[in-house]
Amino acid sequence: MDANNPTLLTAGTQEHDLTRLDEYRAVGGYEALEQARALEPQAVMDEISAATLRGRGGAGFPMGRKASLLAKDTGKPTYLVINADESEPGAFKDRDVLRMTPHRLIEGCLITAHGIRSASVFIYIRGEYAHEFDVMSDALEDARTAGLLGGVTIVLHRGAGAYICGEETALLESLEGNRGQPRPRPPFPPVNGLYGAPTQINNVSTIALVPKIIELGAAEFSKIGVPSAPGTAVFSLSGNVAQPGNYERPLGTTLRELIYDVAGGIAGGRELKAVIPGGSSVPVLTPAEIDTPMDYDSIQAAGSFFGSAAIVVVDDRCCMVQLALRAEQFYMHESCGKCTPCRVGTRWLVQILSKLEDGRGERTDLDLLDQVCDRMLGKSLCALGDFAVYPVASYLEKYRAEFEAHIDGHGCPFGGESSIEGIFAPIDQHAHPPPVAQAHA
Amino acid sequence: MSTPQSFEQIQELRHKYPQSRSAVMDALRLAQAEHGSWLPPEALREVADALEVTPAYCHSIASFYDMYHLEPVGKHMVEVCTNLSCALVGAQAVLDAFAHELGVRPGETTDDGEVTLRAIECAGGCGRAPVVVVDHVYHEPLRPEDVPGLLEELRGRE
Repeated sequence: MDANNPTLLTAGTQEHDLTRLDEYRAVGGYEALEQARALEPQAVMDEISAATLRGRGGAGFPMGRKASLLAKDTGKPTYLVINADESEPGAFKDRDVLRMTPHRLIEGCLITAHGIRSASVFIYIRGEYAHEFDVMSDALEDARTAGLLGGVTIVLHRGAGAYICGEETALLESLEGNRGQPRPRPPFPPVNGLYGAPTQINNVSTIALVPKIIELGAAEFSKIGVPSAPGTAVFSLSGNVAQPGNYERPLGTTLRELIYDVAGGIAGGRELKAVIPGGSSVPVLTPAEIDTPMDYDSIQAAGSFFGSAAIVVVDDRCCMVQLALRAEQFYMHESCGKCTPCRVGTRWLVQILSKLEDGRGERTDLDLLDQVCDRMLGKSLCALGDFAVYPVASYLEKYRAEFEAHIDGHGCPFGGESSIEGIFAPIDQHAHPPPVAQAHA
Repeated sequence: MSTPQSFEQIQELRHKYPQSRSAVMDALRLAQAEHGSWLPPEALREVADALEVTPAYCHSIASFYDMYHLEPVGKHMVEVCTNLSCALVGAQAVLDAFAHELGVRPGETTDDGEVTLRAIECAGGCGRAPVVVVDHVYHEPLRPEDVPGLLEELRGRE
């Protein structure tokens, strides 16, 4: 392993076709499973806890602590559910795990299943990932034929196109055959999850790291990354960078290094304008803030979130009102409709932003944006209601002059030259476009 | 009544899960494939029969998820991602090129029933944007100049 550039999730993918069981075994695959099965379940979980493996899906909750919350002696089965419903705008890391290292995920599932004494695993794969589903199906069949499952059932479940199903309780609802709408908490899934039974839910990239933790040991794993968040993450760089793509780097690598050294800087020699560090749902950072290390605590101290490490880079040709509008159209489309602040608030934000972009905005509209954001934040059952607020509230806070210019100049200051000018959103395909918002006098 | 084949297949799907209602998504996907890529009322009735739920329940599921179609669609489906990462690198020009070549607006199907054009939300190909998904196969990146050739190839398919 290259000490300067350690790879865990992507180890061996350069030299081998790790979708094949024999090639995965050639790089030591499934040895960690054998090692783990020789240990008491609690010893496996202790190793994961000692490694401080934090969830790579968004919230960064330590996996070992999550497992410690699982209800015991309930008389019900304990389920392990893998969230492969990757659909955060800007995120594409889990897709590579599914299609390039399916056995690493399966091995991680089997080790974790042993650790939490579960015999039943469900992998919820987003519906659009048809090729990835096929790769996983083939890999699972190979693992089964090779006798690796050891009595554990792994079911691959396909989604059907709903961002909300990446939210863990919506995912459970969907898996049970219902509309994907979040549940109130408590009870939390470790107590009352799938089919009312104790359920451990983890992201694909979290579980796919488990074999490496067993292989290296927690002490060795913890030498990578930062103390509060050991290990690597796959950073997904997209937007206006010269070399977009997935790059595995230690946690704590700064945004500047990721954008300029790893992804080749801003494409076409343009100027950096904004960075969305964790997928479209997190607050934006300005060029002055890119020396922030990309780990959960540092990025939160800078006022944003690590999210899914999906770094969307925006250059100086982009109008921030248009960007906010396009982001908000997404949340309006994806709001499941269960909670009023989210269902109605996303629509209000779209209407107000459209009015600003069309040159019909007034100064009071900026206050209205703030008020609507305030009335949405923290007021819905799940985080989508908050995710819908962060882009608008943070763009408005950090690029306020640009919002004001839309009002004062009665239109977009980019005069039709913004890089995302005229971008069409799927909600516009609906037969009944929303009426124009009117600000209260 | 279900066709015997899909009825049997849905019974198998039910056994994948501790509770058979979990099979509704797979069952709807299967029914949609059998009914020309959309779910007419009889398809919902067939799924309902096979799973022992009501057609209204099946409708409530089908109407929630973007990948089920409750109205007829073309023989081929062209989906253009227009979310942030794709938008920043020219997705609009790709969508415009398809609309121009096909003579339809996003959300519409060509008069000959061959192709439906849709804009979609993030497909998870942001590192190879702009992303276009044709009949569930990703084309990434796809540029406006690639559009005429792709459509010609598509129309030549059975």
